[in-house]
Amino acid sequence: MASFDHSHLPPPEVRDPAVERYNARLGLVLFAVYLAAYGGYVFINAFRPSLMDQVVFSGINLAVASGLGLIVGAVVLAVVYARLCRRPKGGGA
Amino acid sequence: MIYEPSSTAVVVFSLFVVVTLGLSFYLGRRARTAAGYYAAGGSVPWFVNGIAFAGDYLSAASFLGICGMIAFFGYDGFLYSIGYLAGWVVALFVIAEPLKRLGRYTFADALDNQFRSRAIKLVAAVSTLAVSVFYLIPQMVGAGVLIKPLLGLPHWAGVITVGAVVILIVATAGMASTTYVQFLKGSLLVLFSAGLTVLILFRGLKVDPSPEASAQQTVTVTADGKTLVNGKPQGRGPGEADLRPVGHVSKLPGGASETGPLGPIEFLSTVRDSEIVLWREKTVIDDAGNKVTTYSPKPTSGSDVLRPGNHPMFADLQKESLPAKLNFISLMLALFCGTASLPHILIRYYTVKDSAAARKSTVIGIAAIGCFYILTLYMGLGAMTGGSMDPSNNNMAAPLLARSFGDLPFAIISAVAFTTILGTVSGLIVAASGAVVHDVLTGCFKLDVTDTGKVRIGRLAAVGVGLVAIILGIMFERMNVNYLVGWAFSVAASANLPALVMLLFWKRTTKQGIVASVFAGMVSSLTWILLSGDTFKNVYGLSAEQSPVPFSQPGLVTIPLSFAVLVVVSLLTRPKAAS
Repeated sequence: MASFDHSHLPPPEVRDPAVERYNARLGLVLFAVYLAAYGGYVFINAFRPSLMDQVVFSGINLAVASGLGLIVGAVVLAVVYARLCRRPKGGGA
Repeated sequence: MIYEPSSTAVVVFSLFVVVTLGLSFYLGRRARTAAGYYAAGGSVPWFVNGIAFAGDYLSAASFLGICGMIAFFGYDGFLYSIGYLAGWVVALFVIAEPLKRLGRYTFADALDNQFRSRAIKLVAAVSTLAVSVFYLIPQMVGAGVLIKPLLGLPHWAGVITVGAVVILIVATAGMASTTYVQFLKGSLLVLFSAGLTVLILFRGLKVDPSPEASAQQTVTVTADGKTLVNGKPQGRGPGEADLRPVGHVSKLPGGASETGPLGPIEFLSTVRDSEIVLWREKTVIDDAGNKVTTYSPKPTSGSDVLRPGNHPMFADLQKESLPAKLNFISLMLALFCGTASLPHILIRYYTVKDSAAARKSTVIGIAAIGCFYILTLYMGLGAMTGGSMDPSNNNMAAPLLARSFGDLPFAIISAVAFTTILGTVSGLIVAASGAVVHDVLTGCFKLDVTDTGKVRIGRLAAVGVGLVAIILGIMFERMNVNYLVGWAFSVAASANLPALVMLLFWKRTTKQGIVASVFAGMVSSLTWILLSGDTFKNVYGLSAEQSPVPFSQPGLVTIPLSFAVLVVVSLLTRPKAAS
């Protein structure tokens, strides 16, 4: 925190359209995967709510398992995205 | 319920406030330029920014509102945890990096990047202010809720205390102090929530067979303003009575009387196989003009507790009610789309140096926020079964749960919750202040203001927004804080997200299309909310059936509407060369 003395914005970052396109496409693919899972969860709750009562493992029902799964799944996909994204050459850390 | 102030809580609370203000004054000397004040110089380390995301996002709604909703209604509160976290997927995969590249101080910068339009600046600023005010109300209500048991002060005193501290934080160092207050708060909230969850699991579940545990209670406010509890004047003295804390297990699997310590999965499966007493509130006005509120026990099977449908808003999900299903889908859509449209979240992307740092800080934020939302399920169920809840106030479930473990956990959790509110309110006020100065005064009206002048006006704007927040926090005392945040998400998702997404992914987007989309999304969602059954019932005191709209949550209609308006207006206003 001692170095937290910033009066001016940092210089504009190095741009690389190819890297930006790759990262954007990767983001959209992962977004689509998550959207399908989230959409399925919402659909089941809205139109097949009785399915949420089904025990899926260790006495845990589908409602709890899918809810926890969506939270953990978001974290996992975020880490995958961070690992697979590319950086512009000379773009620093 | 009457709350006795705790001296430990006062000491811990004061310590938190002193540390927070000390940090703000220390950083205040280092934030004298507009870049420093509004964006912390764009050089906050990505890890700090990631935890600050959690500190910014995990508001009173998340901590007090969701825990309270789970404690009173079971799984329905967890739906919010899931929706709030899912929204971060949109932020990370779709918005984060391009937004960082396109803007400097506010999200209007990104919208306006290629058009240089005063109208875009103005409409985006108005949207920022509308969303920020909607979001501020529940934070301030939460402050009042917390201060009651913590310091024994009335609701309005809590609201004014938070307002004053936050105004000082923001006015001294803007985004710099806000970032570190949020970092501190995000870390403490996740760590202490984890600690509370460990205590819950270690305590396990226990049956309370006493008849008093399941006895109905009444609160009567007489026509001449006196409060009676179970027919006696409210108080702790002889001949007086107060509401008894509630929430217990009535049957455990196999007829056991207690479980002893449980593992995380075992805790959930045991709750599912148990019977738990939930509490329902009903208020009537009797013939003498007295307002009588009855709190009745409702033994409920654990399998019903751990599925949607106990909260009145979701009760019809189990039936073939199309409006209820649409209302549910609409809410989940707004939560999904709302996060990436909240101005106070978006401006945090400008506090890091580049898009890679924006991405990494979002991943850290998602991990911290995800951990916390999993813990809300345990804290809510722990409160539901721990015999410590105030039946008249579901926002107090988490702090009172902590109190059931002793005075120190209560003091720490309450102080953390208080810091939670400080962090989120600070972020909202910085966002609102940036919108006023950067978007309206210098962006739209082109006022020639020096860099120092921008900081000075920003501080004045922070004071103004803070005062508005104080007034609204006092006015909306009785509303569930989580419910109010749902409104803010709907307005943000309808007004901001369509314009941001289309700007990034549709080349034919025009400035007129953006202005029309933000305006249409904001006006339509606000109008829908004001005409909704929930507002008729909870705000106007009318019957929900009188509402002209078929379901209360606007997102399902107003988000697509905002997209459609953008497409149509953009096509109608295409530059001639392009057509």
